[in-house]
Amino acid sequence: MKNALGSVDTVLVFGGLSEIGLAIVRRLVRGGARRVVLAVRGGEAPVIDGAEVHVVGFDAARPETHGAVVDEAVRLVGDLDVVISAFGVLGTQREYDADPVAAAESIAVNLGGHVSAGLFAARRLREQGHGTLVMLSSVAGVRVRRANFVYGAGKAGLDGFAQGLGDSLHGTGARVLVVRPGFVRGRMTAGMSPAPMSTTPGAVADAVVAGLRSGAELVWVPGGLRVLFTAMRSLPRALWRRLPR
Amino acid sequence: MTFLTGWARTAPTPATVARPRTTAGLAALVAGAPARGLVARGLGRSYGDAAQNAGGLVVDCTALTSWSLDVGTGVGTGVGTDVGAVTAGAGVSMHELMTALVPRGWFVPVSPGTRQVTVGGAIAADVHGKNHRRDSSFGAHLRSLTLVTADGATRVLRPGDPLFWATVGGMGLTGVIAEATFACLPVETSRMRVDIERTRDLDETLEVMAATGDRYSVAWIDLMARGRSVLTRGDHATRDDLPGIADPLAFAPVTRLTAPPWAPNGLLNPLTVRAFNEAWYRRARPAHGLIQGLGPFFHPLDSIKGWNRLYGSRGFVQYQFVVPDGAEETLRRIVDRLSADGVPSFLGVLKRLGPGTPGPLSFPMPGWTLALDVPAGRRGLAGLLRMFDGWVAEAGGRVYLAKDSRLPGGMMAAMYPRLGEWRAVRAEADPDNVFRSDLARRLDL
Ligand SMILES: Cc1cc2nc3c(=O)[nH]c(=O)nc-3n(C[C@H](O)[C@H](O)[C@H](O)COP(=O)(O)OP(=O)(O)OC[C@H]3O[C@@H](n4cnc5c(N)ncnc54)[C@H](O)[C@@H]3O)c2cc1C
Ligand SMILES: NC(=O)c1ccc[n+]([C@@H]2O[C@H](COP(=O)([O-])OP(=O)(O)OC[C@H]3O[C@@H](n4cnc5c(N)ncnc54)[C@H](OP(=O)(O)O)[C@@H]3O)[C@@H](O)[C@H]2O)c1
Repeated sequence: MKNALGSVDTVLVFGGLSEIGLAIVRRLVRGGARRVVLAVRGGEAPVIDGAEVHVVGFDAARPETHGAVVDEAVRLVGDLDVVISAFGVLGTQREYDADPVAAAESIAVNLGGHVSAGLFAARRLREQGHGTLVMLSSVAGVRVRRANFVYGAGKAGLDGFAQGLGDSLHGTGARVLVVRPGFVRGRMTAGMSPAPMSTTPGAVADAVVAGLRSGAELVWVPGGLRVLFTAMRSLPRALWRRLPR
Repeated sequence: MTFLTGWARTAPTPATVARPRTTAGLAALVAGAPARGLVARGLGRSYGDAAQNAGGLVVDCTALTSWSLDVGTGVGTGVGTDVGAVTAGAGVSMHELMTALVPRGWFVPVSPGTRQVTVGGAIAADVHGKNHRRDSSFGAHLRSLTLVTADGATRVLRPGDPLFWATVGGMGLTGVIAEATFACLPVETSRMRVDIERTRDLDETLEVMAATGDRYSVAWIDLMARGRSVLTRGDHATRDDLPGIADPLAFAPVTRLTAPPWAPNGLLNPLTVRAFNEAWYRRARPAHGLIQGLGPFFHPLDSIKGWNRLYGSRGFVQYQFVVPDGAEETLRRIVDRLSADGVPSFLGVLKRLGPGTPGPLSFPMPGWTLALDVPAGRRGLAGLLRMFDGWVAEAGGRVYLAKDSRLPGGMMAAMYPRLGEWRAVRAEADPDNVFRSDLARRLDL
């Protein structure tokens, strides 16, 4: 249960090895969380000091299995206080142009996977009458750019889905926190040159933890991106399409 | 679904609320408990999430209000010649009881700092009053209780039965109390004879309190000024103390003020709280043998309706702990730390506790208990209180569950060493965890 000062006991992460996801988990554990379920498609489970860590198998591209992942997590740790939907694939527009099937598959993960995992998790949170679903959107979906419009389209869909889900949960005790990071310098973006106002997985995690505590519905990281993108959204199309990245 | 919180207005969760009018109606609700289980609720005066059950059922017991007084002549009971016992529905409040009993010459054996608690809540938290050193807690005066258990059966339990003691202090997790019988205290008047004095700091407060032999004693302690206190102590006034008063047993408590329905967050900050504490300390005139009403003596906060709203929408946290006799150093450390950090805490309440009851989860133990309120939005509060938890547990003390809203679950076993024993009794009475609350989930009870 979330306590009076905003600490939680249990966390489930879809995409449990995500750099951002794990940074959030470590902070929640420092704040008192005791039981963690990492839903991953493989790989070595990290040690998290101070918490009991469970690992369950999870493939974002197989929506028919997502209900069982939620059930298993509940069996392992009880009520889910925080569920983090952190998986995602970036890819490059050049690859997607060359291989439309790969492009569609990335959407199946970046949008479809979040839809099924999100709806199954939301069903549980609604029954519980409490809990927050954290969905990792991106500024890439706020206004889709030519330079990565397949990834951006997935995030745009995800962002809309997450907001709608949050609204549908209103009054149930469960909530959705939509997170819109800018360019995060980390594993996913390794080798790319950082965009302006870039940030780090730790800074994203700090913002998410603060948002969970205050009960926010949307956080931008860094916060200044909210202002920047309000302006970007009204940029004329002719200018927008000429942006280099 | 209705969103519920405790008195401190933090961490709301929704539940279906049902309000049975009879024990049979209550038993039917328990027999048909939903998948998320149920928990009883009284007047919601516990501060945290004890009477909440997210997504499940909350059984509001405040309509179980029948009661009767049975007066006999007891020999060798130690209370006096008359013995009175009240049998009351779990939903009867202390306010209703006092209003009815005092004019007949009886008083409740234990009264918490507000009259707005139910008999069920008083048992489930095994509440203590300003007379704990001498008279122990509510459970010590209980003769029997009627409990609706997980199987839907209605059982009458007496001291000696493990389920009786698991229920006293059991925070509603062994069943729903329908009714209880407890001994009452004969009084000659509805007034108190009170001594009031001021102390300079915590050490002096402890010294004076340790020496007092009065039935009731309490210190209102200024945690922003090293623990200087206003100490009040006394006993029920006798008829001889009130010469010339025609109706010595008249009792009609009043609510003088109502707090505004809304207050901004941050209204209670270090500055305003310091000023309030200062005024309280200055206003208290030392007195000896002062005659006071029951309300001003026992329940000064009850005269301001809805004072909990002054903390704004974020609510507040009450931290109440006990440390055993001999662990005064821990108390000192905590008071010094609060003072040094300038934590905006309204008058803390310091009481001496005496012998506990056999309830494995009952809070009181011989020692000192301090209760303090802090706005929930205060930066660094979580860490500070976690540090205090460690000190308290190390000293052999514990935190009071009826006030708690933030204790880490991992601290329970250290603070309540008989937790395992309680769990075993509970597991037998409720193998499927029908009785569940947000507090139980948070603390893995
Ligand atoms: C201003 C103030 C001063 C206080 N001072 C003191 C004090 O001096 N000493 C002290 O000990 N406490 C004190 N308290 C705390 C209070 O006495 C307890 O929290 C008490 O349990 C509240 O009773 P309630 O009827 O409001 O119960 P609730 O807050 O509604 O419920 C409290 C617990 O009792 C259980 N419960 C309620 N009814 C039943 C039932 N019928 N069957 C089984 N379980 C039940 C609930 O499940 C829950 O776990 C104070 C509270 C306030 C607001
Ligand atoms: N990094 C950024 O710049 C940035 C910016 C904005 C938003 N985001 C979003 O933030 C989230 C977390 O990103 P991150 O930076 O933490 O990246 P990351 O470390 O690469 O994490 C992404 C995770 O998704 C998992 N994953 C990918 N496909 C999966 C599938 N089919 N099934 C199960 N798991 C799958 C990966 O698993 P493996 O470990 O097995 O590969 C990886 O652990 C993503 O949704 C991302 O889009 C990132």
